[in-house]
Order: sequence, then C-alpha cells, then structure tokens
Amino acid sequence: MKASLSYRGFQIINGLIMTLVCIFTLYPFVYLIAQSFSSEGAVYAGKVSFFPVEFTTQTYATLLSKPDFFRYYGNTILYSVVGTFIAVAGTAILAYPLSKEKLRMNKFFIPFVLFTMYFGGGLIPNYILVAKTMGMRDTIWAIIIPGAISAFNVILMKTFFASLPNEIEEAAKVDGLDVYGIFMKITIPLSKPIIATMVLFVIVGIWNNWFGPSLYLQSKDKWPVALYLRQIIENAISPTEVGATSDSTTQIAATIKSTAMVLTSLPIICIYPFVQKYFVQGMMIGSVKG
Amino acid sequence: MAVGNKAAVDAGPLWKHVKKEWKLYTFLVIPVIYFLIFKYAPMLGNIIAFRKYRGGPNLFGTEWVGLSYFKMFMKDPIFWRAFYNTLFLSIVYLIFRFPLTLGFALLLNEIVRTKRKKFVQTVSYLPHFISMVIVAGMVKEMVSLTGPINTLIAKFGFEKIQFISSPEWFSTLYITSGIWQGLGWGTILYLAAMTGINTELYEAAKIDGANRFRLAWHITIPGILPTIMTLLILDIGGIMGSNFEKILLLYNPLTYETADVISTYVYRMGIGGGQFGSVGGNFSYATAVGLFEGIIGLILVTTANFISKKTTESSLW
Repeated sequence: MKASLSYRGFQIINGLIMTLVCIFTLYPFVYLIAQSFSSEGAVYAGKVSFFPVEFTTQTYATLLSKPDFFRYYGNTILYSVVGTFIAVAGTAILAYPLSKEKLRMNKFFIPFVLFTMYFGGGLIPNYILVAKTMGMRDTIWAIIIPGAISAFNVILMKTFFASLPNEIEEAAKVDGLDVYGIFMKITIPLSKPIIATMVLFVIVGIWNNWFGPSLYLQSKDKWPVALYLRQIIENAISPTEVGATSDSTTQIAATIKSTAMVLTSLPIICIYPFVQKYFVQGMMIGSVKG
Repeated sequence: MAVGNKAAVDAGPLWKHVKKEWKLYTFLVIPVIYFLIFKYAPMLGNIIAFRKYRGGPNLFGTEWVGLSYFKMFMKDPIFWRAFYNTLFLSIVYLIFRFPLTLGFALLLNEIVRTKRKKFVQTVSYLPHFISMVIVAGMVKEMVSLTGPINTLIAKFGFEKIQFISSPEWFSTLYITSGIWQGLGWGTILYLAAMTGINTELYEAAKIDGANRFRLAWHITIPGILPTIMTLLILDIGGIMGSNFEKILLLYNPLTYETADVISTYVYRMGIGGGQFGSVGGNFSYATAVGLFEGIIGLILVTTANFISKKTTESSLW
C-alpha cells in the first residue's frame, strides 16, 4: 500500500517534533559544557550559547588539582558499592519467599510490603529514627540503610523470580540441594538480568543522592560528590577554597558551577547509553502485576 | 500468575505448613525486621503529632497533647499558603505533563525507523538519571542574567528577567524543568503497553480503510487505556506530594510566596537546615503537618483507585 500524501506530511512533522524534543533535552548539557570551557569574560557577557568562547581549561585544572574532588568522588564510589550490595541482597532474600505461591503466610507478608508504597513515616519520624533512635548520624549507614529495600524493587524481583520455570528447582531438589543451595546456586545465577537492572537503579540512586547526606553527614570529609556539588552551586564554597589563586578567582567563580556539574554527571552520561536497556527492561517487568 | 509456579497450596493446620517450609520462611526474618524498624516504626512515629517529643532517641514522645499541634498549624497562614502552593503546582504540572507524555508516546510509536526511534528514546530518557542537584543547577544557569534565555530575551529588545527571585516565575520553572526531566521516561509504560496490542487489529482496520489517526484513536488508545488509568491513579494519589528535593534546591525566601509547599514547610519547621525563615526543632508540629499531608495522599489514591475500578475496571489493587 502506498503511503498517502497526508501521511507523509505527518511523518515529516513528526520528525520535526522529535528533533525539537532532542534539542530541548540536550541543549542544557551542551550549554553547561560550553560554559565550563569558556572564559569568564565571555560567560559574564552572555556570549556563550553552543560552543566554548575563548577556550580555557583553567577551571577544570584547578578543580582537579586539589584532592578534594577526588575524595568526594571516592566517598560516592564507596557508598555506591556498599549500598548496592546491601540493597540487592536484602531485596533478593525478601523477594524470593514472596515469589513462592505455596507459602501461605505470603497472604500477610505481600500486603505488609506493599502498604509501604502508599504510606510512609514522613520526613520527621524518619529523621528521628535514623539520627537519634538508631544513632546512625554521621555514618555511612544513615545513607545506605534507610532506603536499601524498597517495595517497588521487591515487587520487581518477585515478579522475575516467579517467572523462572519451577522444573529447574525441582531437579536441583532431586540432586540433594536444600532451599538455601537452590537459592544461591540456581535462582541467583538465573536472575542475572534482573540483578543487573537492580544494581543500576540502586547505583544511580546513591550516586545522585544529596538530601540524605545533607541531613545526616556533618563531617565534610564524609560527603559524597553530589553534596559537594550542591555546596558549590549554593555559593557556599568560595573559589579560593577549591584552589583559585588571586589572578584566577574571577575565572573560577564564573565557571566552577558548570565545571563541577559536568564532572559529576560525566560517569552517568558516559555509561548510560550502554546500560539503558536494563533500566527499560526493569520498568517493563515491574509494570506487569505480580 | 506466573506460568511455571503452580505448586499446590497445601491445606491443613498452619503450624504443619510452617514446619514443612520453615527454611523458606527464614529468608523473611531479616527483611521483615528491617521493614518493622525502617518502614513501620517511623509510621508509628507519626504519633508524636499527638504527643510532645522532647528530643533524644524516644521516637514516640513523652506525653499526650491531643490535637493541639493540628490546631496550631490550622491557624497558621504559612501552612495554608503551603497547602495552596502544593495543590496548585501539582495540578498545573499534571495538566501539562499528562497529555504531553501521552502525546509524545503516541508520536514515538509512529516513528517507522527503529534506529531513529531508539535514538530519540535514548536521548529523552537521559535527564531522568541526572541528579536533582544538577537539574536545579542547570535551571539556575539557564535562566541566570547572563544565561542563554536572558540573552535571547535581550536580543529581542526586552528587559532581562530575574527568574530565580521572581515568585510569579516559579511555577513555570518548576513545570518546565519537570517536563524536561520526565517527558521521555514517562512514556516507557505506554510504549510497553503499545507493543502488547495485537497487530491483527491494525491489519483488520487498515483493510477497512482506516488511516493512521483513526488507528491511533480507535486501537492504540483503547489498547493502552488500563495503563493510562493506572498512571492517572498514581498521579492523583501523588498530588499532595511535590518534587520536594527540586523545590528545596530551587526556591529561596524571595519566592516562598509561590514556591513553599507542605514538604518544604515541614522541612524548615522540623529540621531547619539553616535556611532563611526556618525554625527547626519543632518536631511534633512538623510531624503533624506531614501526617496531614500523608493521610490526604492516602485518601486520594484510594478514592482514585475506587473510581477507576468502577468505571474502567483497571486498578492498582
């Protein structure tokens, strides 16, 4: 069937809309990168739009010459690794029994988990619990533990476990494996796709988290890079603090925010295109009601 | 339910069942304790909305004060301003975002070339993964006096606008940045639902002479209606919540008038955080306000779910 004229017109307009959406989405990134490599004079004169004006790497050099930035980056990596391990392990051991229809008490435990999706403690009771009752203030645990297991992720994993063919587990049972052996040696290896998805979800969450750290971490040396960035954006950190000399202060002041934003989001932007499909896949599994 | 998992549920007394499956039940011990401590204890901790909390580790307060904190905030005009702002920002945002997301999903679905479609998807999902700190930072850079938007405004001969400190511009910044960040990601569930529509329906309709617009209207939209309804329920349930982190990063005392929402108000009253106009330490008062917000949210999502169940037979539970 030949496409009608109006249909081809529609396709052209649609292509135009899609191009505009892409430009709209990407432009802020382009602008930030351009600004971070431009001179202060060009930035203050509003000359930067798409490309760096009066190209300079001075702000990058200054920011990266001090150990601060790397230390905050290191903290973020540490929190991501430990946090991801705890979150994924916790989610898996909860989701596994919930995926077994033969467990009669799931009638109670599934709603027990689901209810937390719709109602929560709220900011203040959570804060009191974590900071005061549990005494986690100023420790890595305050950042990692409270959000480690979420009902959404549990449902995601439960749905995946339930879709695995029962016969494999039955065969393993015949071979003499008990429940723990089956879980560790059969179910977990078969669940690599969902585990990959979950690892990515959790890493992005921890990488981007600044609010939890701002509530609980008093010691500056424990800050993750997101919180450091926030202080830079709020002008709470002066150019000299990041290592500007007297003749580079204005240059640093003009572009430090965009430079720090580029450096902080760089890992996510670089890895994201390659792992995007895992996120999408995770959303799809989660959308199928368990 | 899942295919390979049809093991019969055994009858008989519960203790026998537990005795037989105890190893599986042991998996639940740590996570259930975790849920009790980190999800249910704070829920019960809301009790300090009715009790005096005097600091320290006792999450549940020391003595009953009845509804006095509720009476206090009900008389506070700042609370009502935050209440109004919360509803206004959420509803206006929903009005823009919901049709835009649905429309974008339908248009994405019309892209014939797979590679092109993948590209647009990859680009439009990206902002979802960017930290709120960066999103807020970007907004500030984009609308600053030397930023591209004001440069453009100046080029056309208009006067530059102080976006960040103007209360009348806050909702625009909030909604635009929300759409920038969420438009692409919001389409995922729609696109998933679209791939589930039987292609024979389209073939049959084409033979009957239906054009692309009729196909979208009569097949695609009805096919994804359950998804539309589910997302709408979730959105309506979320009306009392706002993008707390983004507002906290974007607002300032000059824009409190239009930007202060219930959750930021709770934050300033309870935690303080050194922000202007923040008191901090009023834990019970802030909890009362937060609880009020949470309960209205729960009522909203339950009601929306009920209405959806009655009218379209799709529901969350």
